[in-house]
Amino acid sequence: MLEIKNVSLDVGNNGHNIKILKDLNFTFKEKKLYVITGPNGGGKSSLAKIIMGIYKPADGRIILDGLDITNFDITQRANLGIRYAFQQPPRFKGIKVRKLLTIAAGDAAEKTDLCGLLQDVGLCSQDYLDREVDGSLSGGELKRIEMATVMARRVKIAVFDEPEAGIDLWSFQKLGETFKNLHEKYDTTIIIISHQERILSLADEVMVLADGRIKEVTSKERIMAEIAAGAGDCRCGQDCGKGVGRNVDCIG
Amino acid sequence: MLTALDNELLEKIADLHNIPIGAYNIRKNGEGVSRNTTANIDIITKKDQPGIDVRIKPGTKGESVHVPVIMSASGLTDVVYNTFEVGAGSEVLIVAGCGIHNPGDQNSQHDGIHHFFVREGSRMKYVEKHYGEGKGKGERILNPKTIIEVEADGIVELEMVQIKGVDHAERVTEIHLQKNARLIITERLLTYLSQEAESKIIVELDGEDSTAQVISRSVAQDHSKQKFYFNLVGKNKCRGHVQCDSIIMHQAKVFSIPEISALHQEAQLVHEAAIGKIASDQLIKLMSLGLSEKEAEDTVLKGFLK
Repeated sequence: MLEIKNVSLDVGNNGHNIKILKDLNFTFKEKKLYVITGPNGGGKSSLAKIIMGIYKPADGRIILDGLDITNFDITQRANLGIRYAFQQPPRFKGIKVRKLLTIAAGDAAEKTDLCGLLQDVGLCSQDYLDREVDGSLSGGELKRIEMATVMARRVKIAVFDEPEAGIDLWSFQKLGETFKNLHEKYDTTIIIISHQERILSLADEVMVLADGRIKEVTSKERIMAEIAAGAGDCRCGQDCGKGVGRNVDCIG
Repeated sequence: MLTALDNELLEKIADLHNIPIGAYNIRKNGEGVSRNTTANIDIITKKDQPGIDVRIKPGTKGESVHVPVIMSASGLTDVVYNTFEVGAGSEVLIVAGCGIHNPGDQNSQHDGIHHFFVREGSRMKYVEKHYGEGKGKGERILNPKTIIEVEADGIVELEMVQIKGVDHAERVTEIHLQKNARLIITERLLTYLSQEAESKIIVELDGEDSTAQVISRSVAQDHSKQKFYFNLVGKNKCRGHVQCDSIIMHQAKVFSIPEISALHQEAQLVHEAAIGKIASDQLIKLMSLGLSEKEAEDTVLKGFLK
């Protein structure tokens, strides 16, 4: 269980502090799949980075299973079972997929089925294990390997930042199954930042984050119904009807 | 006679755990100490200057030659001229390299001048590793010069590695490629403390359809200084590509001077050079997988220099 208590985040800009997150309060429960959605610039990725320890909150506390981890660094949080799949994963010259996944699996590396891991993200292990995680991989391939790094070890909290770039190409059904497995095997809490309708459909709860605040927490059924009725706010644009023509990423 | 220290140096520069199989010539403190020849590979001491002639018979396949140099005395300057004749249609591995253990306060220097003739249709892999150690104040200096003539249809793979240990290095590599000859150079360099290293690689693509690929990766730490100068000279219809990447850390300095010279209308030459620090998102990613910052940094550098 991950509790976000009164969390705020400020970013300095030319001497002016801009509030990115404003007094957020939320509890992510075990075995649940959350989708965080909302307009660009609403604070979604910032919240993910606060959870991983990449950003330090200006105020508030972060509690993991009763332990106050607010002042824990990235490594400490990783070792407590928090994982974050980057929106734009870095590339590494000279480091092979096998090595990266072995690091990701940590102490359990010997027992981890790297091939199965790649299969779970729709990649053929024979083709990919010995490839370098460098510029030779496409953006989609890189995103899938990034997802595999998060799934390589038993984790409590797995955060995926806009995974759609990598998963457009393969079966969503497979992704749904993979997430279900994570739940069943490890009781993992899954948090996905996404605008994608198909990803929203996997959610137990949907959090809409806008202007640094939780605008609403709702069910996937309600969000889907709103989308179907055309009544809901666009999830990606600030004030457009459906974001069409304004944001090429907008699919929902 | 080889001591335990000598064996350690040999392991560092030639991956040798013992006396190698195949042809070899081990030079220690300016003198040859051990040699083996095979039916196809002869090694002869030069009469007019220090050094050896290595003669590989045409058609020799799957054999190797090790010619390591080790220095374990302080205040020694060793200049050696080695000539390698790789007979037509051969496939061989040649491992050179120099390991210096300088125990004293005087400089120890080795200048190896290697000249290769890779005859028609031959394939040669040449590995050169440099290594230095020793607690004295004396510098460990290596100034290798490598000249390779590659005849028609020849393939040369050149691997040059120098990781720490050498205080001052000036490396010059000159290669001439004839018709259809292929060249792949990989260079790996890491300097730290106040070490200085300079690498100059000139590749002349003389023959039609000759190709050259140079991949140089380096890491400069502390107050060390590195300088690279690469020039691909296209004199015929040819293709050449230089990729030169450096990671800069601390107060180090890196200079990269690219040059590509096309002297023929159908010469296609590309030069890419980049210098930068370790990207913070690389460190953050590895830390988010449970590594400490130091472990993350080491992992990035190790991969980069692999």
